[in-house]
Amino acid sequence: MPKLIKNGRVIDDAAEILVLDEVQGPEALSLPDGPVFVPLAVWQAHKGALSGRAGLGVWLDSSESVDDLEGDLDSIGAIALNFPKFTDGRAYSSAALLRSRYAYTGEIRAIGDVLRDQFFFMQRCGFDAIQPKAGKYSDAQLEEALASLKDFSTPYQAAIDQPEPLFRRTQRAA
Amino acid sequence: MYRYDPYDQKIVDERVAQFRDQTRRYLAGELTDDEFRPLRLQNGLYIQRHAPMLRIAVPYGLLSSTQVRKLAHIARSYDKGYAHITTRQNVQFNWPELKMVPEILGELAQVQMHAIQTSGACIRNITSDPFAGVAGDEYIDPRPWCEVLRQWSTFHPEFAFLPRKFKIAVNGAEQDRAVIQCHDIGLELKRNAAGEIGFRVLVGGGMGRTPIIGEEINAFVPWQHIITYNEAILRVYNRYGRRDNLYKARIKILVKALGVAEFKRQVEEEWAFGKDGANTLTEAEVARVAAHFTTPVYETLAGEDAGYASQRAANTAFAAWARRNVLAHKVPGYAIVVLSLKNPATAPGDITAEQLDLVAEWADAYSFGEVRATHEQNLVLADVKQADLFALWEKARATGLATPTFGLLTDIICCPGGDFCALANAKSIPIANAIQARFDDLDYLYDIGDIELNISGCMNSCGHHHVGHIGILGVDKNGEEWYQVSLGGSQGNDTSIGKVIGRSFAAAEMPDVISKIIDVYRAQRQDGERFIDTVRRTGLDPFKLGVYGEAAIIERKQHA
Ligand code: HEM
Ligand code: SF4
Repeated sequence: MPKLIKNGRVIDDAAEILVLDEVQGPEALSLPDGPVFVPLAVWQAHKGALSGRAGLGVWLDSSESVDDLEGDLDSIGAIALNFPKFTDGRAYSSAALLRSRYAYTGEIRAIGDVLRDQFFFMQRCGFDAIQPKAGKYSDAQLEEALASLKDFSTPYQAAIDQPEPLFRRTQRAA
Repeated sequence: MYRYDPYDQKIVDERVAQFRDQTRRYLAGELTDDEFRPLRLQNGLYIQRHAPMLRIAVPYGLLSSTQVRKLAHIARSYDKGYAHITTRQNVQFNWPELKMVPEILGELAQVQMHAIQTSGACIRNITSDPFAGVAGDEYIDPRPWCEVLRQWSTFHPEFAFLPRKFKIAVNGAEQDRAVIQCHDIGLELKRNAAGEIGFRVLVGGGMGRTPIIGEEINAFVPWQHIITYNEAILRVYNRYGRRDNLYKARIKILVKALGVAEFKRQVEEEWAFGKDGANTLTEAEVARVAAHFTTPVYETLAGEDAGYASQRAANTAFAAWARRNVLAHKVPGYAIVVLSLKNPATAPGDITAEQLDLVAEWADAYSFGEVRATHEQNLVLADVKQADLFALWEKARATGLATPTFGLLTDIICCPGGDFCALANAKSIPIANAIQARFDDLDYLYDIGDIELNISGCMNSCGHHHVGHIGILGVDKNGEEWYQVSLGGSQGNDTSIGKVIGRSFAAAEMPDVISKIIDVYRAQRQDGERFIDTVRRTGLDPFKLGVYGEAAIIERKQHA
């Protein structure tokens, strides 16, 4: 079963990431049983039918805006943000916005080109679930990669995981 | 200067450990080249033409003598015995071995140094005025603010993978000495009518293949809000900056596309959410950081040291150096000294390990143990007593660090170019050296007066050619190295982008071309007029005529 880093631990995860193809546009709605992340377009086309479905998540590509989910967030249990390339950093802002401006408390999952050397940044921006592509890391490597979540123990600036900057958290001696 | 506390030290130590592991995984084949590239870049490690190049951060150009000695040690132990001062006040080593880089970073961490923010699509090392704290025209010392911003931007999790690199410069004096108009964000420290400190904020300046002068988006952001304001700018850029085309990814392209008014609107809309949030600066934090930049214990001295005056009178070579490389200091009896790295026998900005050790020694003896790097690729001892100048000069002269040409034609800003850089169209160092060799007569250089000549080996503009009074750009014509010349660029308060004068030249022609340009200036100038002012007054035509001759002008007119 695919692996997922959730709250700092490696767990099994059955959720499917639904990708649209030529056959299935956003109008069609045939979903697998069990947990699934549907593309934003599918969510937008079928909000009514999908709202409240158990195990339903929505995934956004890096070019898609989390602002479009405003108002829907209460009915979405999990949101996945895709990194088409790990160098495309838009999802960091998306996650931070979801957590701060939209006070979203459901799962925020990093999917796509997700590499251990970015785990630290992801976690700081509010991702509580991190899913490297299947096959990217062996099980042993993934366990080892958990260390990257803790690359830096005392960051300077405020972010989602640590909402106060260092200068407010501690009394630094001059 | 700023000294690390245990928090700062820990971040740098953890960085060394992180990169050591990343390098290990790369060498073990666990990381692909593509995956390792941004990681090594974020540690300042480029792959150049011949070898890796390691860029080391010198936050806002400030170095302690201990750090300078460490750089000398690194140059000797891991490189070929020299280092290079860059146009962003950083230091580069041209020949380190990849597998040794974690060791080098470990050595640097021992002296509170690192290579963080020296490369990659993140917020880069912040640059500033090399005369901060000692210049007479300073309103507000930029150094504490640079340090506050350095800490905020270090490993900023949201902005580690921006569309492109992001450069911030801060200036706090009447004269801009930090090129703030050509940065992604340029910050000018100032006081409002009530005497409160804040920042005038410029965005969207830059050089590269699309040179643009930054535009003001806020006339006064109070100091408490400077982090949240920067975060708003960066968030808008991170979300909406172009990522489809590397050449259109800088913030300047976004600002141009939206228009500065719309860009400002988006930033201020974003800022409305972050403003007054946790990143709002506190008095206590600013005071803590500012306490590191206290005024040194200056002696009470006469404004004009008598010995200094008689030494100048007695020694013309010393007088020549004093005239150019010694600048006024705000404290009576003290002076700012520019140690020139423009010895015609070496590449502009290069300095040997032996010289670095000596500079550290002089810093300790004469300048409170501090050294500054300038974006013009020189070093500065900022607090030298006038009475010590002669002794310092004799020592500097003995080791080739007293070239008396600061601000003159041969004080050339020059990128590493084709000798080192894989992106180069053409070599730049030999052009600089050839021009320096041609103009070796000091009296003649003094007669030409203040002028800036900048050379880049390609459109990326690492050598600031766009803002040189004379700019030289390496171009590729059918695989051959050619040079395009522009005039009228300028840094500082009235920043302008130079205009190309016409067809490009072969390397061998370049000294003649510069001679002709200088001849036109000397023929055209009015009383006391600097080169740049003449160019601005006359326009390019007399220079085109002087360089290309009558025929070229007629031909161009016919085409027009
Ligand atoms: C391997 C060596 C280098 C590479 C690959 C490189 C690459 C680049 C590139 C691609 C740009 C254009 C960025 C853009 O407009 O988006 C640039 C700009 C720049 N680089 Fe370099 N560079 C190198 C060395 C240097 C050195 C040695 C210096 C300093 C001496 C330097 C300082 C700058 C500066 C000041 C800019 C300015 C313009 C700007 O950011 O708008 N670079 N570099
Ligand atoms: S301007 Fe071009 S040639 Fe010069 S260092 Fe930059 S990238 Fe290399």
